[in-house]
This record gives sequence, C-alpha cells and structure tokens, in this order.
Amino acid sequence: MANQEVDQSKRKFLIAATSVAGGVAAAAVAVPFVTSMLPSERAKAAGAPVEADISKIESGSMITVEWRGKPVWIVNRNQAMLDALSKHDDKLSDPKLAVTSQQPDYCANPARSIKPNIMVLVGICTHLGCSPSPKLQTGGDMGAEWAGGFFCPCHGSRFDLAGRVFNGSPAPINLVVPPHKYISDAILLIGTDDKGVA
Amino acid sequence: MANSTHQESKNLVGWIDARFPLSSTVKAHITEYYAPKNFNFWYFFGALATLILVIQILTGIFLTMNYKPEASLAFASVEYIMRDVSWGRLIRYMHSTGASMFFVVIYLHMFRGLMYGSYKTPRELIWLFGVGIFLVLMGEAFFGYLLPWGQMSYWGAQVIINLFTSIPFIGPDISLWLRGDYTVSDATLNRFFAFHVIALPLVLLGLVVAHLIALHEVGSNNPDGVEIKKNKDPKTHIPLDGIPFHPYYTVKDLMGVSVFLLVFSAIIFFAPEMGGYFLEANNFIPADPLKTPAHIAPVWYFTPYYSILRAVPPILNSQFPGVAAMGLSVVSFAFLPWLDRSPVKSIRYRGNLYKKWLAAFVVSFLILGYLGTEPSNVWGQFSVNIPLFGGADRATVVARIFSVVYFSFFALMPWYTKRDKTKPVPERVTG
Repeated sequence: MANQEVDQSKRKFLIAATSVAGGVAAAAVAVPFVTSMLPSERAKAAGAPVEADISKIESGSMITVEWRGKPVWIVNRNQAMLDALSKHDDKLSDPKLAVTSQQPDYCANPARSIKPNIMVLVGICTHLGCSPSPKLQTGGDMGAEWAGGFFCPCHGSRFDLAGRVFNGSPAPINLVVPPHKYISDAILLIGTDDKGVA
Repeated sequence: MANSTHQESKNLVGWIDARFPLSSTVKAHITEYYAPKNFNFWYFFGALATLILVIQILTGIFLTMNYKPEASLAFASVEYIMRDVSWGRLIRYMHSTGASMFFVVIYLHMFRGLMYGSYKTPRELIWLFGVGIFLVLMGEAFFGYLLPWGQMSYWGAQVIINLFTSIPFIGPDISLWLRGDYTVSDATLNRFFAFHVIALPLVLLGLVVAHLIALHEVGSNNPDGVEIKKNKDPKTHIPLDGIPFHPYYTVKDLMGVSVFLLVFSAIIFFAPEMGGYFLEANNFIPADPLKTPAHIAPVWYFTPYYSILRAVPPILNSQFPGVAAMGLSVVSFAFLPWLDRSPVKSIRYRGNLYKKWLAAFVVSFLILGYLGTEPSNVWGQFSVNIPLFGGADRATVVARIFSVVYFSFFALMPWYTKRDKTKPVPERVTG
C-alpha cells in the first residue's frame, strides 16, 4: 500500500463529493433552526380574524380594535367627511390607488371601503410602523386647511380620512386596508374575506 | 532564556510550561510585546473598551439572575431589580451606563484610527475585525434595548425591524421571520434576549481575540505612523523604539482606567439617565403596542445614522434608499484601507486637505447625531417664498447637506488623499 502511487484525480473527486454531501447535510440541518424563528402555531392562531361591533360607532367618530397586535381603526365617516375626500386629489401621492397592495380589490374605490361610510384601516404608518394619531375634525392644531385625517407623530406623515398619504410625507404609500367582510349589518370580521384568511 | 525552554524547572510554572504554553504566551502578548514608546492620550481607548466589555459581561450575568424575558413580566422584573434587589439599581445602571460609555470609547478609538491611519497596510485586518466588533456592538445595543420592554424599547424595535420590510421582494418575510410574530411580541423579546446574552457576546469575544491576535502579529501603529519593526537592535532584535507592554503600558493604562472609572462612577451615581440621552424617559412607561410615543428617537449612539435614514426622501414610493444609505453609512468604515491612497499614515505628516476633510466628517457626524435626537421640525420650516427649499423642514435640509458631506469623506477619499501634499515621515518615532 505504502508504495502505491496516490491517485490524485480520484482523491480530488472524493474530497469534492464529500464536501458537497456534507454541505447539503449542513444546509438541511439549518432548515429546522431557521424555520423555528417563523411565527409559531400559537402565534398564527392568535393572528386569526377578529369581530367588531360597528353598530355603536357614532357618525363622525371611530373605534380601534386589535388584530394581530396591530391597531385597526374603524371610522364611521359622516357625509361632510365623504364629500371632502374628492377635493384634494392633487395634494395626494397616490389618489388613484396605483399601489394595489394597500387595499383589497373590493376597496379599490374612491372611498376605499365596502360601505361608503365605514372606513377600515390598519393604524400603522407605512413609513416606519408608528401608529398615527386620529385628527378626524377639520382645522384645529393641524391648520385651517386640514379636512380631517390622521397624523403620524413620529416623522410627520399625514393621511386623509381614506388613509391616503399627502404629498411631502415621509410615508411613501397609503395606509393598508385589511381584508374584511360583513357578517351582518352590525358585525364586521377583520382579517378575512371571501377569498379566505389573510 | 533559550535554555529554560528545554529543561523543565521544578516549580509550578515550569510544570505547566511543559504541558501548556503559559510563559511563552504571557511573554508574546504582555511582557515581551514591544509597543511603540510614543503612545499618547488617544491610545487609552483600546484598553478602556476591554474594561467596559468585562463590566458589561459581569453586570449582565447578574442582571439575568433577576430579569424575566417574557412580555408580561419583563418591565416589572426590571423595576424589581431597580427597587427590591439589593444593589440591583447600581448593577442595572452600571450596565446601562456601560452601554453608552462603550460607544463613547469606541468612537474615540475609531477616531484615533482615522487620525493616525491605523487601518493602513499592514493593519487592514485589524481594522476589519474592529468594524466587525463595531457592528456586533450595535446589534448588542439594539437587542438589549428591547429587554426593559418600555415604550421606547418597543417602538424602537418596531421601527428598526420595519426597516427590513422596505427591502424589495423579500423584505416583509424577513421582518416576519425576525419578529416571529405579526408584530413585536413576546416571541420577539425572547429571541432578542437569546441574541443579547449569548449569541452576540460569543461572536464579540471571538472578534476581540482576532483583533488582538492580528494586532500583536503586525505590531501597534503610533502617532507618527512609523513602523518600529524597521529599526531593530541588531543583537536582541527588539525594536529600538519599542518598550514592553508590561510594565510600561499596563501602568499607563491603569492610570487611564482610574480616570475613566471616576467619570463612569460619577455618571452612575449622579446622572445615570444623562438627561434622557442614556435612558429615555419614555422607556419608564411599559410597552403599549397600540399607542406610539409622540417622539421616537434612538439612543444617542445611533442618531447619526438615523439622521441619514430620515434625510433620504422616498424614491419610487419606496423607503429602501434611505435604509440602504443608513446601512452604507455604517459599513463605509470597512472600506477605508482601500479608499486611502496617501503615502503616509499619521495626520502629523498629512497635508491640509485630509485635515479639512476629517474635520468636516467629525462636524457632520456630530450635527447628524444631534439632529437624530430631535424631531425633524426642531428648527421650524423655511418660508414658503424661498425657491427650492420653500416650506421644507430646516433640520431636514441641514441633515441632507451633512449626509452628503458624510458620504463625500469616504467617496472622495481616493482623490483628496492622493492629491494631498504630505510631509516627509521621519525614520524613527519623535516621542
């Protein structure tokens, strides 16, 4: 054996084959570890759709419910608020809802809602995830031209009452309208629609 | 000397040396590690950083004895440490103050490198390990800041994790994976605890060892930027301008440690929150996922980069350019060894051009750092009548200008270091 010449090409092939096999095994072992960091089954279950009773929201006011740990606003817009929505298209970054990922198809309308008066929004700024403050009334500390909407205290992004972002805000796109559907006139289910759970 | 390595002496050290390289290691790294004799004030900060690392590890171990990494218990357990654990308040303040002082010392240590060209050949790897240490340290600070589970902890983590969401295509999935939930939650707190107390400290220790091994291999730079190994005693082969690290620099560093501990203790005793810069007032309010604090600012050591993030406007409806600029502002340091084309190392022999650029960089860093602690409307808006800037936040415009200066320091370095008029470097150190 000792005198035999070393077959270099065979040795190289075996080293390469062993390395590849070992590498594949290492990658396979990494999968459970990486996957363990994804949301657990319990977290997914806790992210299930939530119901909200909208019959008690007075016209012109809003409630906040929690879905997947995020605030979801339900605003019952009055007629004056709805009328104001169409008057400032020129000041909005995306008035025609070009970024379609921000609302389900059934809310891709001027009021961004199923029923015109009931606005459902995820209350998380599209800039860096802060929760904007509701400034539903016109004027006030937001200035005379303010027609009602939401103001993010972190970096000053402004949104109208359909969650559309105003020009000059750090937030690049409109607020998210979550998937939702009506179980009855009074009960709204957030986090699911006829296409299934989000 | 040569004989002693061959014959086993009868004492304990000799017994160990025959089985483990104890004496030779001590000699190579301490008693016979020859450092340049002309170290000045700026050479305290490496040793001080090591001291703070030890303080953080020690205080951290004792904090974990009472801290509970669980969303419903975390905030109360920190308050329990502060109020009910004997001396718990001191240990917690040592750890929180240590975090800020770590960055003070590291920033001064890095500035020393910039002044004396310590990143230049043959010390590129020392510098790269150092940049690695800096990055891991930032990770440690970020993960650690979530643990008290206060409002700033929570929303700071929320904002930083959401930065990843802006990465095209895979961003949202990465954020979800990092959080382990649809929002920052108990799952996030738990894994951040794991990163903070075990994963990153192990990486950090490894990098520190690599940093020191690389340093002791090539030898320390000095304020003159002269290689002391070029002039050795022909008989002993000891650098003529070198003195043994022990006792000369151990004694010098002890003096530095004493002064540092005076300052450190004064902060812990009298101003542990440092007026909101070391510990923010909002973080003494428990985390509330449904209510964002009115003003979110990172802790002071992150603010220069945060300013750059805010200064970059969204492009094509995407926040990503700002995030990329922020990442680049941190990583830029790693490229210095290859950006600097100057034939000399030390600022003492560089021309005015480099000195001006370095000054401009330091000023930008400080101004960006200040602006990052304030809301972007801190200086009000420009009058609507001014062309170009009309109605814009003054602070945002200033942050944009200094962000450009910040990046120019790096981007233009190959040009201005080559063009700079350097002075002749002496053969030996000037003391």
